[in-house]
Amino acid sequence: MSDHKIEGYEFKPGFKGMAHDTGSDQTMFKGVHWGKAMMWIFLLSDTFIFSCFLISYMKGRGSTLVDWPNTSEVFGLHVFGVEVPLLLIALMTFVLITSSGTMALAVKYGYEKNRKMCGWLILATAIGGLIFVGMQAYEWSKLIHEGVRPWENPFGAPQFGSFFFMITGFHGTHVSIGVIFLFIYAYKTFAGHYDEGKKGWFTTMKGDYVEIEILGLYWHFVDLVWVFIFAFFYLW
Amino acid sequence: MSDEYENKAGYQAQSSETISSGGGGSGSASDIDYVRPAEIPEQDLYHGHSFISKWVFCQDAKVIGVQYFLLATFTGVIGLVLSWLMRLQLGFPGAAGFMTAEHYYQFVTMHGMIMVVYFLTALFLGGFGNYLIPLMVGARDMVFPYLNMVSFWSFFVAVGVLLASFFVPGGPTGAGWTLYAPQSILEGTPGSGWGIILMCVSLILFVAGFTMGGLNYMITILQARTRGMTLMRMPLTVWGIFTATVLAMLAFPALLVGALMMTLDNVLGTSFFMPTILKAGEVLEYGGGSPILFQHLFWFFGHPEVYIVALPAFGIVSDLISVHSRKNIFGYRMMVWAIVGIGGLSFFVWAHHMYVSGMNPWFGFFFATTTLIIAIPTAMKVYNWILTLWRGNIRLNVVMLWCLGFIVTFVNGGITGIFLGNVSVDVPLSDTYFVVAHFHMVMGIAPLMVIMGAIYHWFPLVAGRFLNETLGKWHFWLTFLGAYSIYFPMHYLGFIGVPRRYFEMYDSPYMTSAVGMNEFISMAAFIVGAAQFILIFNIIKTLKTGKPAGHNPWQANSLEWLTPSVPPEHGNWGDKLPIVHRWPYDFSVPGSKEDFITQTTPPSEVVETEVEKT
Repeated sequence: MSDHKIEGYEFKPGFKGMAHDTGSDQTMFKGVHWGKAMMWIFLLSDTFIFSCFLISYMKGRGSTLVDWPNTSEVFGLHVFGVEVPLLLIALMTFVLITSSGTMALAVKYGYEKNRKMCGWLILATAIGGLIFVGMQAYEWSKLIHEGVRPWENPFGAPQFGSFFFMITGFHGTHVSIGVIFLFIYAYKTFAGHYDEGKKGWFTTMKGDYVEIEILGLYWHFVDLVWVFIFAFFYLW
Repeated sequence: MSDEYENKAGYQAQSSETISSGGGGSGSASDIDYVRPAEIPEQDLYHGHSFISKWVFCQDAKVIGVQYFLLATFTGVIGLVLSWLMRLQLGFPGAAGFMTAEHYYQFVTMHGMIMVVYFLTALFLGGFGNYLIPLMVGARDMVFPYLNMVSFWSFFVAVGVLLASFFVPGGPTGAGWTLYAPQSILEGTPGSGWGIILMCVSLILFVAGFTMGGLNYMITILQARTRGMTLMRMPLTVWGIFTATVLAMLAFPALLVGALMMTLDNVLGTSFFMPTILKAGEVLEYGGGSPILFQHLFWFFGHPEVYIVALPAFGIVSDLISVHSRKNIFGYRMMVWAIVGIGGLSFFVWAHHMYVSGMNPWFGFFFATTTLIIAIPTAMKVYNWILTLWRGNIRLNVVMLWCLGFIVTFVNGGITGIFLGNVSVDVPLSDTYFVVAHFHMVMGIAPLMVIMGAIYHWFPLVAGRFLNETLGKWHFWLTFLGAYSIYFPMHYLGFIGVPRRYFEMYDSPYMTSAVGMNEFISMAAFIVGAAQFILIFNIIKTLKTGKPAGHNPWQANSLEWLTPSVPPEHGNWGDKLPIVHRWPYDFSVPGSKEDFITQTTPPSEVVETEVEKT
């Protein structure tokens, strides 16, 4: 973070500084917006949700007696007469990680009070998320078309279908909620709510570009979770 | 008594930390009173104007706290009535004509779930947390008042869904409060269709609502304290609620995931928790799932849940004991670290609920060890409460009675916990009434005593009037003696092997000695249950006619008693936020005119005394 000054408070470097901040009055995380602290703690809680999902998945995959399907075949795509394993998923991952990049840029331009650039980049992030959700819908419909269901799976263990639809569904819900908020924030940016410090909906807090960073935290988290889902589901 | 104490106690030993009148004459009053300026601008609050925005969809944490309190109490009364019905059947089989075995299982299940989640958790964190956190840390309100309001209404909907399950086909689930798969969703278990689905949905709503509240509690404590309020100057109540909230934020995800997967098993026919099952000669469609996985998910939530209930109780009781024995809490820092330590350890003990589930025996070894380690910080706390009382200027009022009752009950339940923490002792006692007696003592009666003490303590703040002491004493003695009459014999029932969750003992050999005891326990349960209505009557009666309390009626030090108006108004502090100079435990300080020095008293006013620098 950029250096900020607090009247009457002396910052100390390193671990000592952390202890010093913890032992001080008023705030523990100096200069950190309430919403930002809240988002970090929410994400910690959300991490536990996804960890429970993925650990359950490992346990489920370990305890089923039927063979697990070969993921590179199941998730393969038939393009121009060639079977390319994991093509769709590679594209999805690429799109999502790119959208994280545009989000990071949006945060940067937001703090520079560059309203236009910030708005366009948020919009680009939202569209990236939308493409991701679209591709996921395509993947779901392809698998459903091939006969995979939450309760059965022609390629092997039925738990494959159960865990796949549940976990990607839960993650997809996160992405979709993020997309909705990205569109709202894009509108608010273009409308200048963050420049004017206009009060938001359902809150008495004044609008500030820090909100874009908070949404960015969420978006990067969703991206990071995807990397784990990708590794455990598609590569294992 | 207190004079003698002042003379003999070694307060002088900390003279290097003491602001004495003789030393350091260089500082003028303004120097030693310096507190650094506010970091954050004043919070802008939404003030409701209509009846609905003031009392129904209200964003004031104090009103939300009272709403949580009332709704949780309402649900708790339902849980109480269910326990009466269970005891009626156990003590006098067949006396409740309508009661079948299915009903009995449903009542057991709903009683357990209601009491643990919808009553105790909601009451401590939603009720006391909302009311006390902003007041005790010197904030105007919770940091996200709107979210806080949504939190309560999610809880409201969750309770609605839970109670709706009494009216759906098949009734509420009868799987036991642990909802173990596969039996919870198989036909034959009462409520295996609608009941269990509504239970899971209700739990998911509760977790969602709690997350919104929990974020509020945590950020308010971490980021919205008033000037001078360091973490180590917070009352232990806030520490207890804070740590419990952290536990809840990390433990509820496991419950959410478990409930979601169970719903899918039930609705979509997935087999997360369902192994291959042969039923009446037919193989069911399920297969390949792991029932143990559900137990792990459930208890990864379930054990921290015990401490989500216990830690706020520990914190609150520390404050009550300190105020009513006019002594600083013994070993404040030790108390804080014990709370944090118990909270951390509580994530490594969950499988001690699963010794008989068929885990690898080495797991039992590991979890028995971690479980017994928890005895260390808890015992430290008990010693510190006793040492706080030791040679204190004890006011033996109703609040103190509840605190003493808590200590005794908690030690009692804790010791049986050490029995059950050992695998070799637990295995024969598993699923007997010994377990029922243990957990009711340690996480039922003990936290409840703290709640009662807290009600008598903080009612003058919330309502501006004292509760009636005579009624309070009746309430206490009936509850205390009655609760022991219920749960002491249950230990014996467990030793002779009476299994829990049985509708009837039929013609088993335990019958002869268990019958009389069961009748006695049931009679005691009816009386204890009825005694709780004394409190409700007391509250209704004193709300209008009680003795006015005025400002700071207990001569306490913490900020919640120092508001300009009693009961505090929205925004809590009037024009100016309080400035904190010390911890909330400066009682009976030698040299002080009164036996308490409030947290807002500046050092320059107490230079004559031997107050510690905190």
